[in-house]
Amino acid sequence: MNRSRLVAPRLAFIFLLGCFFFNYPLLSVFNRGGDFFGLPPLYAWLMGSWLALIALMAWVAERSD
Amino acid sequence: MLQGSVIVLASLFYLGILFAIAWYADRRADAGRSLIANPVVYALSLGVYCTTWTFYGSVGRAAASGIGFLPIYLGPTLLFALAGFILHKMIRVAKTNRITSIADFVASRYGKSQLLGGLVTVIAVVGVIPYIALQLKAVSNGFTILTNYPEIVMPATAGAVPLLQDSALYVAMILALFTILFGTRHLDATERHEGMVAAIAVESVVKLVAFLAVGIFVVWGMHEGIADIFSRAATVPEVARRLASADSPSAYGSWGTLVFLSMFAALLLPRQFQIAVVENVDPAHLRRAVWMFPLYLFLINLFVLPVALAGMLHFPGGAVDADTFILTLPMARQQEGLALFVYIGGLSAATGMVIVETIALSTMVCNDLVMPLLLRLPMLGLAARADLSGLLLEIRRWAIVIILGLGYVYFRVAGEAYALVSIGLISFAAVAQFAPVVIGGLFWKGGTRDGALAGLAAGFVVWAYTLLLPSFAKSGWLPDGFIAHGLFGVELLRPQHLFGLNGLDEITHCLVWSLLVNLGAYIGVSLQRVPNVREARQASLFVGGAEAAVSSGWRGSAGVTELLPLAGRFLGRDKAEAAFARHARQRGLRSIQELPADARLVSFAETLLAGAIGSASARAMVASVVTEEPLGIDEVMNILDEASQVRAYTKELEQKSLELTRATAELREANARLRELDRMKDDFISTVTHELRTPLTSIRAFSEMLHEDPKIDLAQRSRFLGIIVSETVRLSRLINQILDLAKLESGRAEWTVAAVDVTEVIREAAESLTALFAEKRVMLELDAIEPGLTVLADRDRLMQVMVNLLSNALKFVPADSGRVQVGASATPEELRVSVSDNGPGIHAEDQEVIFDKFRQGAGTTDVLTDKPQGTGLGLPISRQIIEYFNGRLWVESTPGAGARFVFTLPRQAGDNDGLATEDGESHSGRTPAGGAASDSGGKNNGVMGGSQ
Repeated sequence: MNRSRLVAPRLAFIFLLGCFFFNYPLLSVFNRGGDFFGLPPLYAWLMGSWLALIALMAWVAERSD
Repeated sequence: MLQGSVIVLASLFYLGILFAIAWYADRRADAGRSLIANPVVYALSLGVYCTTWTFYGSVGRAAASGIGFLPIYLGPTLLFALAGFILHKMIRVAKTNRITSIADFVASRYGKSQLLGGLVTVIAVVGVIPYIALQLKAVSNGFTILTNYPEIVMPATAGAVPLLQDSALYVAMILALFTILFGTRHLDATERHEGMVAAIAVESVVKLVAFLAVGIFVVWGMHEGIADIFSRAATVPEVARRLASADSPSAYGSWGTLVFLSMFAALLLPRQFQIAVVENVDPAHLRRAVWMFPLYLFLINLFVLPVALAGMLHFPGGAVDADTFILTLPMARQQEGLALFVYIGGLSAATGMVIVETIALSTMVCNDLVMPLLLRLPMLGLAARADLSGLLLEIRRWAIVIILGLGYVYFRVAGEAYALVSIGLISFAAVAQFAPVVIGGLFWKGGTRDGALAGLAAGFVVWAYTLLLPSFAKSGWLPDGFIAHGLFGVELLRPQHLFGLNGLDEITHCLVWSLLVNLGAYIGVSLQRVPNVREARQASLFVGGAEAAVSSGWRGSAGVTELLPLAGRFLGRDKAEAAFARHARQRGLRSIQELPADARLVSFAETLLAGAIGSASARAMVASVVTEEPLGIDEVMNILDEASQVRAYTKELEQKSLELTRATAELREANARLRELDRMKDDFISTVTHELRTPLTSIRAFSEMLHEDPKIDLAQRSRFLGIIVSETVRLSRLINQILDLAKLESGRAEWTVAAVDVTEVIREAAESLTALFAEKRVMLELDAIEPGLTVLADRDRLMQVMVNLLSNALKFVPADSGRVQVGASATPEELRVSVSDNGPGIHAEDQEVIFDKFRQGAGTTDVLTDKPQGTGLGLPISRQIIEYFNGRLWVESTPGAGARFVFTLPRQAGDNDGLATEDGESHSGRTPAGGAASDSGGKNNGVMGGSQ
């Protein structure tokens, strides 16, 4: 963690991004009927953005050396 | 196949494997080849966050509220995005201070307060017991359901079982036994359990694989894929409602609250703190855990909603508890092996949680609650007992049994009233009360012990009133009237609508109020006073990071002879000796006996003990043998204000720079004076050589004439020789005077100071010059001399002055009509001597110049001949002499009306001979060098400056 001073701030940025992704009002955009490749849009959004954030965290944390 | 005995055997076999893994990992750790020093193991062990609450409960919650189960896992994901700021710091602080639990962490942060550690322990135990009950409930339910195979029977409808046939009791007993085996086999100074962590990591894998196996079976074995489940669900209105969340502000509010709450829980639950902070081997492992732990959470939740929907489709009408879907769905399809595997997965989730949680809690109970109390009870005489390490282990074992017993009691009495998820959230809300003091303590130095106590107590009371008591009431423990009508019938005090706050679910409602009063009391009370010395020091350790940890905080000292037995009592003799020997080696010493009795040794002993009995108790124990010196007021100030050190540096720097400026100025001045002196020396030398050359030239010229022309007549010859002789005399006089002046100026002149009869000196000087006066026919009048005047001076030097002045006057008065008058008078303070002539006088501008070396009055040089008369050194020498005796020599003159040279000499208190002699001795006693040299230096300055 301490090899690069930027890792922690970058992860903190992901934290803010996550706070935005996983809360009102963005959730209300997806909270509707219909489907997205057979999945409810809200479910698809949460699982998709969650996985994307994890990938982003992995990329930021692991590339620091 | 799924008889009770098979299930029990499978469970015991699985637990046996876990124990073998733990045993192997412990042995590897003892051999120094740690099995868990690996970031992947660290990330997996963090999976202890997922308990049966996740394993069974998530599906139940999904069946009740769609995606409402997700915030519990999104929160920890967000927390780990902040790991670089919060978790990393906590790990570093915990490692440098040997912190062994969250109670220890809080107690240590606020000045190692035993009271605070105790309060945190109580909150943690009370808050977490429902959570432990939940695990027992889940395992026992799973067991009941599985043993009824192939029928699917819900435990709630299976009827109440007698105590001795209750599987939950046996589960609790087996778990207690296992926890004791895992956690309290020996006492470790760092309170780390490598074997346990290895087992937890394996359990994390087992429960994940089990859940994924069910998920894959349900999605692809029972259906045509995830999309198939969703499209089927959409056709059943009752199920389709779960596909979208309620679209209301309060629903989003609850959602946000849960994200926030689970964020704290993943950090502050005792078991999370234990695994993430205490058991962490290397802070660098966080780098992997930052994404691997969220990924683990993602995977274990991947099939939750599909399984929940499939369960609702398969068991319509709610006859089967949604919490059991992952077990009952395989059973409904006769998948016995899978069902057993799922049960083992659930067992993994439960044992992992219970083992880590009870170990963490038992450490807290022992170190922060029981030991401080026992040590305070004098009748037990514990403070004097030689070996307490056995007692410590005993206390922890009993704590484990009691905690699990309380969990069982809660399960037995209240368990059925709540779904799994609701019980878990009560615990989450309890540990969220730690958030202000822990996170505030990491980033804010102003928090005090009182503030932390007030915040925790207030938050805990509100939590208990708004969440715990209503849960008791719903279980029938308490009359439930106060829920509907408020305490004492006061509507405003309704626990779930406190002060009329409506529209929130009970968890959000509790969090809003409890965190509000918690934070308010923590900050408000902290701001009542400045942190005291100890709090401030701990604050700088925690907020400032590990760098500050070098300062020990102990100002007293105690030797090995006191500290080693003390540590031995808690750790066991051998362990304590080994630790002290290690410390000695680290400090480059050969043996324990060489360790000096200093503050560093005391600090070492304290941290060593902190591992075993907690920081607050350790401090108290060490304090009992250390004679601490009182803190000086300066040091208090230093600790209180971290900036003061910087300020001291600045001040020192300023002072230094001021001194430098002053020194520079002095040097510059000295340099200027040296250059001036150098220049004056050059001037002097060139003048002297010029003066010397004049007589030499004439001597040489006449000598050459005599040498080259032997026919010069006698009269001429004797005239020339006369000139040569007089020039030689002049030259030698000049050289004598230069030498004299040099002596005077350098301070090397010898002075013989005594009372001098001035009248006599004047007469003597006049007599020596009588011939010259007679030759020039100049009248010398000595009438105005008062008789018997004495002064303290050097007789010969005074004579020299008189001769100089008289011959100077003689030089300038006209022959025949010349007249020189000498006067001498005295007041009690000073003697005054004057020599007046009727010569041409001296222009005002020349009146100072004539006292310069080699300078003679411009108007007087050519009075008789073209040649300057005299050497031009007589007056400067005279002035040097007079000034040496603190007198003054000056000239008064109007051109054309003669000149009067006057000198004064101070007379020391009367002219008593005896006193004068005594004074004279002291006068000659002091080195004249100083006075003369500086006088002449100062004089030269002005003189030479004027001559330019």
